[in-house]
Amino acid sequence: MRRRPNYLAGAGSLVWLVLVGLPLYVMLAATLRTRQDYAQNGPVSLPDTFTLDNFTGAFDSGFGQYFFNTLVVTACVIGIVLLLVPPLAYAIVRSRGRTTSAIFRLFLLGLAIPAQAVIVPMFYLISAAGLYDNLVGVILPTAAFCLPMSALILSGAMRDISPELYEAMAMDGATPRRMFFQLVLPLSRGGLSTIVVFSALQAWNGFLFPLVLTQSDATKVVTLGLYDFQTEHGIDIPGLLGAVVLSMVPILLVYLFARRALVQGLMGVGGK
Amino acid sequence: MTTKITSAPPAAGLRKEPRRRPAASPSVSTVGRPGFAWALPAAVFFTLFAIVPLVMVAVLSFMSWNGLGSPQWVGTDNWSRLWDDPVMLKSVWLTLLLTALGVVIQTPLSILLGVWAAGYQRNRAVLSVIYFIPLLLSATAVSVLWRALLDPNFGIPAEASWLFGDGNLFGEQATAIGVLAFVSTWQFTPFHTLIYQGAARSIPQVLYQAAEIDGAGRYRQFFHITLPQLRNSMITSMILMIVGGLTTFETVLILTQGGPGTDTTISAYYMYDKAFKGFDFGAGSAIALALVVAATIISLVVVKVSGYDKMRSSMEGVS
Repeated sequence: MRRRPNYLAGAGSLVWLVLVGLPLYVMLAATLRTRQDYAQNGPVSLPDTFTLDNFTGAFDSGFGQYFFNTLVVTACVIGIVLLLVPPLAYAIVRSRGRTTSAIFRLFLLGLAIPAQAVIVPMFYLISAAGLYDNLVGVILPTAAFCLPMSALILSGAMRDISPELYEAMAMDGATPRRMFFQLVLPLSRGGLSTIVVFSALQAWNGFLFPLVLTQSDATKVVTLGLYDFQTEHGIDIPGLLGAVVLSMVPILLVYLFARRALVQGLMGVGGK
Repeated sequence: MTTKITSAPPAAGLRKEPRRRPAASPSVSTVGRPGFAWALPAAVFFTLFAIVPLVMVAVLSFMSWNGLGSPQWVGTDNWSRLWDDPVMLKSVWLTLLLTALGVVIQTPLSILLGVWAAGYQRNRAVLSVIYFIPLLLSATAVSVLWRALLDPNFGIPAEASWLFGDGNLFGEQATAIGVLAFVSTWQFTPFHTLIYQGAARSIPQVLYQAAEIDGAGRYRQFFHITLPQLRNSMITSMILMIVGGLTTFETVLILTQGGPGTDTTISAYYMYDKAFKGFDFGAGSAIALALVVAATIISLVVVKVSGYDKMRSSMEGVS
């Protein structure tokens, strides 16, 4: 850009930097210092002490189990999404039947359903199915609410595949199944990684379904663990923030190694 | 424009093409088309765990259920009780207030940040990384973090009494609402900034070059080129803010628990409170249904005003 620097926007961006940077500094500093140091010197001061107790403390209060549970939920949600969405998106893009376009409209409508709206009947259904306080009961609705946005993202990606390629395969007498496995799946890897990241974020950060569908420690996920930790040990701020930092480590790793897919997955999250 | 999603507009063109082709070469186009059976598993799964509950919420809003036994039909009893409930009325106003605050604060902020981040300043890449960190935190983590940071005794307010007075921001309605609006802004501005950044990058440079030749300064360029060009993104972003605002829940649950008293009890929280704390699942369902209707009306506005394709194009240039 050859234009002059924009001082007003620059100043605004600095203010935002402080608003975002200061809390993050306080969070990181608090987790690496002792509770006494934090209480005596205040949150904004430079730490005098260094300790990893806040992280080990989080594990002592059960976060190891919570991480494992969240991991199970996330893996299963990704599995369900990868099993259901690619054939769905393939049909949306390639099928010309009325039923398929009705199904597509169903999913477009589904985009507008907030999870908050269905927690009461979900609680009823999951309890009636005997899945209350069971990770399966969390996995099923979480996966279902990933479907509409994943279908949109993936069908968008699949539309980029040139019709000539389908025609060439059709000339060779390829069945829809062969086109799906040999043409569509390999060419929509970008879209597939986006829906994986999107569903992983939904599952990893999910709070509402676990909140109303589970209650015991054995099925607790990380977000619920954070909430309980806050209500039970609200005064132990370094310990609490240590748990918060731990909960974001996996997402941070994805951010470092798959930034583009993550940002696109995030756009999907907000679109929900 | 290197990834699959971002190139939606040409894709939209391709999508129509095969539909027109059959007339020319029916032999090719009828071969190798998947049937609706491919879409069926996902449709059944989604119907079971999203559509059925949605229908049930409507039914349950006319029933009485305390969480045990089977629900009983009570007609419009839940609705008339809520209609006469002062807390319900208050929660609607609070929801509207918080949603409006969110739109009014976040829109100008994210436009400015987005336009700035779309530029090519050298410090931009480094700063952007920090800017977008709030996006990586879950709504739960953000709320827990700010609850800790704003703790009256051990948080930032205790340090800076010149700014926060007695430091208990959760003790009064005005400051509690301020905290909720601030935390939502902190959490969601980066996302909307991303929308505007993408949109600002896709504004053709020719427009600015022409304006410069005509002698338009930076601010005239901003108001006469940038803002009008961002119109579609503004619609998308505002509607996402409104829907998000209507369904705000974790922030209230963790930061204020609807308090002091019921002073920050917004509708989504009141629904949770009624159903899962008061075991009045019928009334909870009625509030939920009202939320769905509001969200649906707004989503229809999305489709009518901005259109699906325009919504996709607002994500152009995301990187």
